[in-house]
Order: sequence, then C-alpha cells, then structure tokens
Amino acid sequence: MPEAPSDRTPSSPFRRHLLMGMAALPAATLLPRLARAAEKPTAEVNTTGLAVTDDTVTCGILHSLSGTMALSETGATEAEKLAISQINASGGVLGRQIKVVQEDGASDWPTFAEKARKLLASDHCAAVFGCWTSASRKAVLPVFEQLNGMLYYPTFYEGLEQSKNVIYTGQEATQQILAGLNWVNKEKGAKTFYLIGSDYIWPRTSNKIARKHIEGHLTGCKVVGEDYFPLGSTQFNSVINKIKLTKPDVIYADVVGGSNVAFYKQLKAAGIDLKKQTLMTISVTEDEIVGIGGENIAGAYACMKYFQSLDNPNNVAFVAAFKKMFGEKSVIGDVTQAAYLGPWLWKLTVEKAGGFDVDKIAAASGGVVFDKAPEGYVRIHNTNHHLWSRTRIGLAQADGQFKVVYETPDLIEPNPFPAGYQ
Amino acid sequence: MSKIVMNSNAFMTRKDVVCFGVLAVLLLAVFPTVLDPFRLNLFGKYITYGFVALGLVLCWGDTGILSLGQGVFFGLGGYCMAMYLKLEASTVEATKIQSTPGIPDFMDWNQLTELPYIWKPFHHLGFAIVAIPLVPVVLALVIGFAMFKRRVGGTYFAIITQALASILTILIIGQQGYTGGVNGITDLRTLDGWDIRTDGAKLILYFGSAILLLASMVLAQFIRRSKLGRILVAMRDKEDRVRFSGYDVASFKIFVFCFAAALAGIGGAMFTLQVGFMSPSLVGIVPSIEMVIYCAVGGRTSIFGAIYGTLLVNYARTTFSEDLPQVWLFAMGALFIAVVMVFPDGLAGIYRRYVDPHVERLLGVTRKPAGQITTSDTASAVVE
Amino acid sequence: MLFGYSLGDLGSIMAMQGFAGLILFSVFLLMALGLAIIFGQMGVINMAHGEFMILGAYVTYLNSQAFTAWMPSMFAASFAVGIVFAFFAAGLAGMFVEWALIRHLYKRPLDTLLATWGLSLIMQQIFRSIFGAREVGVELPGWMMGSVSASASIDIPINGIIVMVLTLMITIAVYLLIFRSNWGKQVRAVVQNRGMASAVGIDTGRVDRYTFGIGCGIAGVAGSAFTMIGSTSPTAGQLYIVDTFLVVVFGGAGSLGGTIASAFTISQARSTLEFFLSGSMAQVVVLLAVVGILMLRPQGLFVLKVRR
Repeated sequence: MPEAPSDRTPSSPFRRHLLMGMAALPAATLLPRLARAAEKPTAEVNTTGLAVTDDTVTCGILHSLSGTMALSETGATEAEKLAISQINASGGVLGRQIKVVQEDGASDWPTFAEKARKLLASDHCAAVFGCWTSASRKAVLPVFEQLNGMLYYPTFYEGLEQSKNVIYTGQEATQQILAGLNWVNKEKGAKTFYLIGSDYIWPRTSNKIARKHIEGHLTGCKVVGEDYFPLGSTQFNSVINKIKLTKPDVIYADVVGGSNVAFYKQLKAAGIDLKKQTLMTISVTEDEIVGIGGENIAGAYACMKYFQSLDNPNNVAFVAAFKKMFGEKSVIGDVTQAAYLGPWLWKLTVEKAGGFDVDKIAAASGGVVFDKAPEGYVRIHNTNHHLWSRTRIGLAQADGQFKVVYETPDLIEPNPFPAGYQ
Repeated sequence: MSKIVMNSNAFMTRKDVVCFGVLAVLLLAVFPTVLDPFRLNLFGKYITYGFVALGLVLCWGDTGILSLGQGVFFGLGGYCMAMYLKLEASTVEATKIQSTPGIPDFMDWNQLTELPYIWKPFHHLGFAIVAIPLVPVVLALVIGFAMFKRRVGGTYFAIITQALASILTILIIGQQGYTGGVNGITDLRTLDGWDIRTDGAKLILYFGSAILLLASMVLAQFIRRSKLGRILVAMRDKEDRVRFSGYDVASFKIFVFCFAAALAGIGGAMFTLQVGFMSPSLVGIVPSIEMVIYCAVGGRTSIFGAIYGTLLVNYARTTFSEDLPQVWLFAMGALFIAVVMVFPDGLAGIYRRYVDPHVERLLGVTRKPAGQITTSDTASAVVE
Repeated sequence: MLFGYSLGDLGSIMAMQGFAGLILFSVFLLMALGLAIIFGQMGVINMAHGEFMILGAYVTYLNSQAFTAWMPSMFAASFAVGIVFAFFAAGLAGMFVEWALIRHLYKRPLDTLLATWGLSLIMQQIFRSIFGAREVGVELPGWMMGSVSASASIDIPINGIIVMVLTLMITIAVYLLIFRSNWGKQVRAVVQNRGMASAVGIDTGRVDRYTFGIGCGIAGVAGSAFTMIGSTSPTAGQLYIVDTFLVVVFGGAGSLGGTIASAFTISQARSTLEFFLSGSMAQVVVLLAVVGILMLRPQGLFVLKVRR
C-alpha cells in the first residue's frame, strides 16, 4: 500500500462514520485520561496505512440490514455495537476510540464481497466484525486475504476452513455436535436418529459429522433418516409423517431461518409432543424462538455454547447492558454472544501485539484469553484461530429461554479439520 | 460523406456516432481516471450487468418479449467461467489437505471422490470460452422453440421464465456437490496462469469488459438498423400483420431471445472474472427482475439508455446502501414505480424529449432519421 | 411388510400423508385464490401479492397482541377476529394501491409487474421499519395448535383442518361472487371487453378497484392463516410468490376450476414426492414437471376461450 498517512481522516462528511458510545462518552471523559495515546505513537502502532489516528481507530461492521438474513444478523450487529461502546467507554484500544463504519450486506453474497472490499480498500478498517452465513464468509474471504484485513466471524459454522485473516468466535461443527450426541446417547438412551436440515453446506456438513459420530463412535446407534429442505421452505408435513413412521429416538434438527418456524409449528400441530419425543437442535437460539413461539418448542434440547440464562456474573452484567441499550424485550442468542466477543478479543489482541497491524494481530491472536466473556473463560486456539469453548445443552422453556441441563466440564478444543469425520 | 451517414439505412447516424463516442470516452477514459481502483472495479461489475440490459433492449424493448429469467443466462455464463477458474485453482498442490486432492474443495466436502463428467471439459479454457455464450443460447433455443412456436408471449412468457430462474436456483443449491450450493463457486485465482485478483488485473478486466460491451453495442445497433430490426419492432406493434405478411414470427423471436441470452452469458463470465466468484444469488428471481429494472430505468428502446440506466441504478444502490442503508429499499422501490408511472421511456425518453432537440440543432440535423425507434405504448402490443 | 414397516403403520401413514397432501392443497389454493382473481380476471401481475399476505400476517400479530393486552379472556376467539381484520386491512391497502398505481397501467400489464415489484420492496421496508427485521411470534389460541387423534397412530393437525375449512369457504365465496352474483357478471364483462362494459353503464373503475381489493383481501386472509404454519417476517412474502404464480398459470388464468385443479395436482405431486425423495429434490422435480407441461400446454390446464 503506497500511502500510509497516519492521520487518515474520513474522506467524505456524508459517509456513515458513527462514533459509537456517544451515550457512554461522559463516563469516558470522567475517567482519568491515562495518556495512553501518547504512550504509543501512531506511527509505531500502525505501519500499514490503516485508518488509525492519534485518538481514533476505524473498524467495520458488515452484516445484512435488509433482505432475508436481516432477521438473523440483527442481534450480532447489536452485540458488536454494544461491545464497541463498552470498549470506548473504558478508554478505547491503545487509548484510541473505535469509530465504526457500518455496511449493509443486504443478504446478497456479491454485495458482501463488494462491501468488504470497500471497508478494507477505501475505509482502511483495522478490523471488521461481520458476516453470518457461510456463503457470505466464503464470498469475503478472498477479499480479506488479498487486502490483508482482519475479520471476526461470529457464527457457529461447518468448519473445514482456517485463515490467517479470520478469527472464528463461534463454534466449528465438532464443538457443537459431538458432546451433544454423547449426552443424548447416555442420558436419554437414544439409539436411533433422524437428521433433518436446510439444504446448504452447514447443515449438510453438520449432519455428515453427526452421522459419522453416531455410526462410528456410539455403539449400537444408527441414523434412520436424513432429509434436506430448500432454504425458506415452509411445508414439513410429509417429512413429519416420515418421522412418525420411523419413530426415531431423537430428531436431530439443523433447519435454519424462517423454515424453523414452520417446522416447529407443524411438528407440534402433528401431535409430536417434544416432552415425549426427544428433539435436539443445533440451529435454534433464543433469537429464533421469538419467531417460533416458546410454547411451540418447549421441551426441545438445543446444543450451543451460550444461553441467555447462564448464571455467572459476566453474563448477568452483559444481559443487563444489552437490555439497557436495545430494550427490555430483546433476547440474546448464541451467535449474538459470539459476536460480542469479537471486538473484545480484537482489543485484547491489539494490546498484546502492541499495534494494529494485521500481521501482528494474526500472529498475536493465538492464546489470547478473555475471561470476562458472558459464556465464561474463552481462549483463542494457539494455531487455528478458533475459540476453545464449552458445549452446553439447554432445555427450551415456554417463556422462550433455555434451562441449562448439561455443560461439558472442560473447554473443547476447536478442530476445523476433524480427522475421521470428513 | 455526411449524406451517407444521414441515410437512415446506415447502421449508425451521425447522432448515434456521437452518442457512442461519448459513452466510449466515459467508459474508457473518464471513469478510469477519476475513480480509485475500488470504485472502478465496482463500475466494472456494473458494466457486466450492462450486457444483460443490452440484450433486454432487443428482446423486450424492440420485440416485446419480457424475460424474467435473464439471471439464468447470466448465471450459466458465469458458472461456465467459474468452473474453469475453479478447476485451475484446484491443483493437487493447492488442495493437498483434502481427502481427494485435485478436485474443487466443495466437492471434497460433499464426499465426491472424482470430478463429475460435466466438469471435465472445463479443464480447457477454449471449451469454457465457447461454452460461455453457447450454453445460454442452447437453453434459450429450447425455451424459445417451446414457447414462441406455440405463440406464448407476454405475461405467460414472463412468468414461465421466472419459474425457470427459481428452478435453476433450487437445483444449484440442492446439488451442492456439483455446483457449490448456496456458497457458489468461490476463491477463484487465476485465468490461464494470470492472477485475476491484483489491482492491475482488475484494471485490465475492466477495460476488457468495457470494450466487449461497446463491441456488443455496435453489433446490437447493427441488428436494430438492419431489416431484421424493423421486423422485430413491427412484431412488437402488430404481430399478426407481420405474420400475415409471410414472416415466420417465431423464428425471429427465437433469434433475438438467443442473442440476448448469449449477451447475458458473456456478462456473467465477465462478472465472475471481476468479482472472483459466482453464486446462485445471481441466478434467481430477484437479480433477474433487477436486471429488467436497469433496462427500464434507462429506457427500454435505447441501447445507450439501457447502459446509462444500468450504471446509474447500480451506482445509486451502492451509494444509498453506504450512506442510508435503511432508506435504500424505499428509494429503489420508488424509483421503479416512478419509472413506470412517470417516465415509461426511462432516461432515454427524458433525453429525447428535453435534450435531443438542442443536440440536433447543434449538429445541424433538422429531421429525424426514419429509422428512429419510438415507444408507443410498448406493452399493449405485447399481450396480444 | 413393506420397507420393514407393519401394514397398520403403513395404513395410518397413508392416511396422514393423504391428509398432508390435502393441507398442502389448501395452502396452495388459499395462496393462489387472491392472485387468480387479480391476475386471472384483471390480467394484472401483482408481484406484491406475497407482501399483502404478510400484511395480513402482521395484522393478525397485532390483533393477537391486542387481545393479550386488553381481552385475555377472549383470546380463544382472537384468531377469527384477526382474519376479518386481515381481510379488511389488506383489502383496503389493495384498493388504495389500485387507485394510486394499477389503474394507470391496465393497458401495460408488463409494467404492472415492475411497479408492483417496486411496491413490494417498499412494503418490505415498511414492515422492517415498523416491526423490526426479526421474525415476530404470532401467539395463537392453544386449541389451534393441537391435533386430534383419529386412532392411536393417526393424528390430524387442527390447524390443517382450519386451513382446509377456510379455503373451502373462501373458494365457495369467490365462486358465488364471480360466477353467480350480479357483481361478478360486471367483473367478467369488464375483463372481456372494457369499452363495451363501460358503454352499457358499468362503472369499470369501481369494479376494478373492488376486484383488486378483494384479491388482496384474500391474500391477507391467506397470510393470516399461514401464521399457524409459517413464519412472519418482512421478507417471508417472497417465499410464496413463485409457487403462487405457478399454480395460477398452470391452471390457466381466468379459470377458477383450473386454479383448483392445478393446486391439487401440484400439491399432491409435491407431498407424495417429498415422502419418497429429499425435500429439495421433490421441489425441483415438481417445478420441472410443471414447466415442462406448460411448454407443451402453454395456456395451462384449463383454457378459457376468449377472443382477444
């Protein structure tokens, strides 16, 4: 990059540069200015032409505000904004306040790629928090690798990927699946499984891993059916009949988006009582339950790393702050929490690396620990840029929350390329 | 000399030459100098939509066939290109962590252990280049034969092509082992050894697209000015009379539909090269309709209008979505309605009414060339 | 023994599967009826049809919220009230749209497509601004979400029965309205020859407005009914639009019987295939078959012979 003016200012007054945490600013000014900005001169912390000045650093948020994915991505956007405003209120990153440029991916993968390029090439963002679907991540990945940007990706996903330029703050597939299957096998004595998912890479890969685990590692267990439906599909009566015919011990569901609502409503209407029929899902969080309706899914088990109902001081503070900023009725799902980790992990990594340069961040990420995470202690894996995390199983309640019934004793190592599951 | 140019049978009047020159200067000189590489790449992307809009001018504006499935052809062209590029990127060396090295990564994720037959020819660049216009043309030929020979047109044709867009999307997504599914074909790197991701390559690709577009426009203009073009317009306005005069109406329609499909396919291929991936989100109903909108905003009977419309709508979308993300759907919606209600002839109509007279005076032209195509209630003829 | 299941099992599955097909049939028909009127009778391509359905769904949502807040004791009846509200809200919105937009475009049917597409974008953004991008959970009376057990192994979903009854009622109402009432005669007269209809004293503008309004109102009812089986979000309407158009076109525009027949064919094919194939393959096979048949019989299953 030829130009490296350390005091890059926004090129256009009309561009949407939001100074986050305006509300929190009074608190920030009350804090003693620790003269941290002076502690590290800009020329030293930014040698690659990122948008870093003596008192600000620009970051990007890239999620869908419109289109079909907006309903899922809203929570992640909110969590990232909350984290950034909290970081700003506590003095920023290396004494610099985070400025946010937000872009709309519009649920359209080429648009994601275009906006990612804009955030990196035009806005010189030091880090970008964003993307939700695998498709959007796949679309922006070459851009981040080519322009050497840093992406914090919040969604649990199918794995099979690892990049210097991405930190995956959600679980890869094995972290979410294996412990849950073991539990349901042991606690519920489940032997037969029916896999049902939306038709794209994440459910297919997840079900592949689930099938390998069920048939290869759980004794006497088998998969009695596997079905996929197009994204957005709303008719599940036929597959529900198939489920009734095969009478599986466990329905294993990774249906996503609006289809979820149709699936659970029709399941209930077809007389399948989730209190008697075990159903385990890896795709329903508190966010989805708002649309499904708590009474329609009560009794189902969800396998996640985070639930809003987690009882620890970090989470209580996080939930309170989230509700204060976005309203009492807002709910927090697994991905929302993972998105919240992004800015914090980045801040910690920058402080560890002593600068904003992407190469330094990428190198310093391994081993970064964030012990104030709502899900509890998290650590970035030493080599593969994923997070160590626990797997938890929640029982859906009629009020839309989950009751945690199981949690793995140890953090589970992320393994995006699981041997024996490919 | 000037007399020949003024002759209405010549394929370009002096005015057309001027319009053409202005556009060429804009695309080849003005944009590359005033825009930074990022913006220029965006304009390169818009230009690829221009191919589709150009095809729609002939197909919809001139002949009155509204296809809501142009995204299908755009996508097919794009996928042909992407398949070649993906195979080139999936060398054994680059994919050695897979269980089957040497096949595209998404195939490996879907337990394919061998390259499917339909993929094999795409190892050759020559085959891919031929397939880019040919695959869309063959599909258009099949659809055209089935539809136009049975005199299906108007709204029926529109809805059936729309269903096709939806089928192809579901098919691509459902067969993800062969197509990459929702993610599409991503992470494309080189074209016959030449890295397409660098700024320099993007600049060259931009110029390549722009020159191809200009060439296509010349070709389109040639068709429109020929006798064939007149027949197309005549079919739009009174199909039966043309038929009774002994012309095989269906064949003309099939031809123009195939031509538009080929253009869309080329656009798709250039899109893949510039953006670096291809996905089903460019095939479905939404992009297909949007491409029609570009054409409508520019003016469905003017090839220049269609290109300007494409550039303008896309530029507006990018700007709106950057500055006012919450508002841009309102703005787009309002734009579509306004175009239909207030400016049915789009930008070109505005130009013809308000600017053209002045330009004519400047050029010393006093009469309208006989070959001038005017829109007179285009669509009313279409349903008949 | 077939596929390793007992005959009794198979029998009850056949029964339930047949029922699933009937529910799907009702869903398709309910989606398509509104459009059959608008597209079939008026020739207007209403791309915002799905958004009118979602408008109905949101009205149902607001209605159930209102019941929870002010009349919790009457909640069991909230859905019936919601349907009525949804009909009128979508119908009035439709009449407004007809007045502001569509009536200027009767001579340019393809342009209605573009204008209503723009309208659908605007409606989506309005929903998003008012209700947020997230899905809303429509609370329904508990009795509607259960099932009746016909035998030990046969469960019939109650919401399926409600959709079927609703569809039946609306189909009969539409039939009576279009083919047996004086007003229906006027509608058909306007469709067949606007100028002549106007000449014999029919207020064509008014007829158009009410026709469009009723079509949209039925879409609203469909949306309201679908809160029982589907999701309610700003973009959910787009999911329905292709299926809806295909049903209408496949049946042959302008023929109510055709619409019913095509909804029946498509739904039975789909629900049977879904049982034997994977969900997305079933959908592709059915769509391809429909398009294939349309290529052979472009005017749809039932053609209304009209001189044009």
